[in-house]
Amino acid sequence: MKYLLLTALLLPFAASAADTDYTLIIKDHRFQPAELTVPAGKKIKLTIENKDATPEEFESYPLGREKVVAGNSTTTLYIGPLAPGRYPFYGEYNEATAQGVVIAK
Amino acid sequence: MFGTAVIVFREVLEAAIIIGIVAAATRDVPGRSRWLAGGLLLGLIGSGVVAASTDVIASMASGIGQELFNAIVLGIAVVMLAWHNIWMSSHGAALAAHARSVGSDIREGRSECSILLVVVGLAVLREGSETVLFLYGIAAADGGKMIPMLTGGLVGTLAGIAVGYTIFTGLLRIPLRWFFTATGMLVLLLAAGMASQAARFLIQADLLPSLAAPLWDTSATLPENSLPGMLLHSLIGYDARPAGMQIVFYITVLLTIAAGMKWANRPRQIIQQNRAAQL
Repeated sequence: MKYLLLTALLLPFAASAADTDYTLIIKDHRFQPAELTVPAGKKIKLTIENKDATPEEFESYPLGREKVVAGNSTTTLYIGPLAPGRYPFYGEYNEATAQGVVIAK
Repeated sequence: MFGTAVIVFREVLEAAIIIGIVAAATRDVPGRSRWLAGGLLLGLIGSGVVAASTDVIASMASGIGQELFNAIVLGIAVVMLAWHNIWMSSHGAALAAHARSVGSDIREGRSECSILLVVVGLAVLREGSETVLFLYGIAAADGGKMIPMLTGGLVGTLAGIAVGYTIFTGLLRIPLRWFFTATGMLVLLLAAGMASQAARFLIQADLLPSLAAPLWDTSATLPENSLPGMLLHSLIGYDARPAGMQIVFYITVLLTIAAGMKWANRPRQIIQQNRAAQL
């Protein structure tokens, strides 16, 4: 277990060279853009900027991701590599309006 | 109101299930209730602190502080549950035989109590901080919506606690003969599920490769946001679309704890056999 973790901790240094960057903005409890098209089969670095004063939780079961973004702050997380398809996500704290989808092509 | 109730229920459920199982598993440990209450209280205080320092935690370790924090909290809980299970394998039979009084093991009982405190505290901390943030968002946004939303939060909390309590009382009904085997199995699966969640956070932070992602997809048959999906997620770490690395963590923890339990169980059997021979 320990060795597994140690090896794993070293891996990103080898792998992080070819990241593809995308940005999502949260404003008025909505995601902009609501549809984010990304290349399939590549690891994506997703930057989320929350321009609202209240916190939001980026959540997606299809992507297997959840991350709290504090009010007026920016965070990053990694998704993929994804098979081609649609991967809906939402803001758990404002589910009525905060809806979006990642489209992998 | 309904939406709020569902969200809060989701958060509370996981902590409630963990507490229900751990409370049942430690039924015979002296002074358990006090330690359990202490863990709950510390967890709630911690939730407030973590929620208030969300942006500080998030900006630590160049933006992956939140993932590291979650993975570490889960990791500590896994170690504590492993310790509990291994300790129980060496003492469980004695506990079962003497039913409720194992006076000679008070010292070890205390270490068992601190495990209880930590596991309960961390479970509440993790799920509680998200609930606090959610409710804070509501409180900050709109005064008119606040009362129905907070009512929803209360309903969700009570429903979550009800499920945890049902599991707790259900487990206590298991005959003593099978009780420690049953709770041991549940704690084992709980720990493996937490390890899988920890792996997911480390993948999200790009500290671990996902390996095959997803390894399978059962979201059509058993979605994770359905009630059975949520229950299975909390109980055994069910994930509808797990990454290969999550399964590696799950199986590694499962086998490691199982091996530890088997190892801890051995010397006691020999002693018992010797005692039986002397009689």
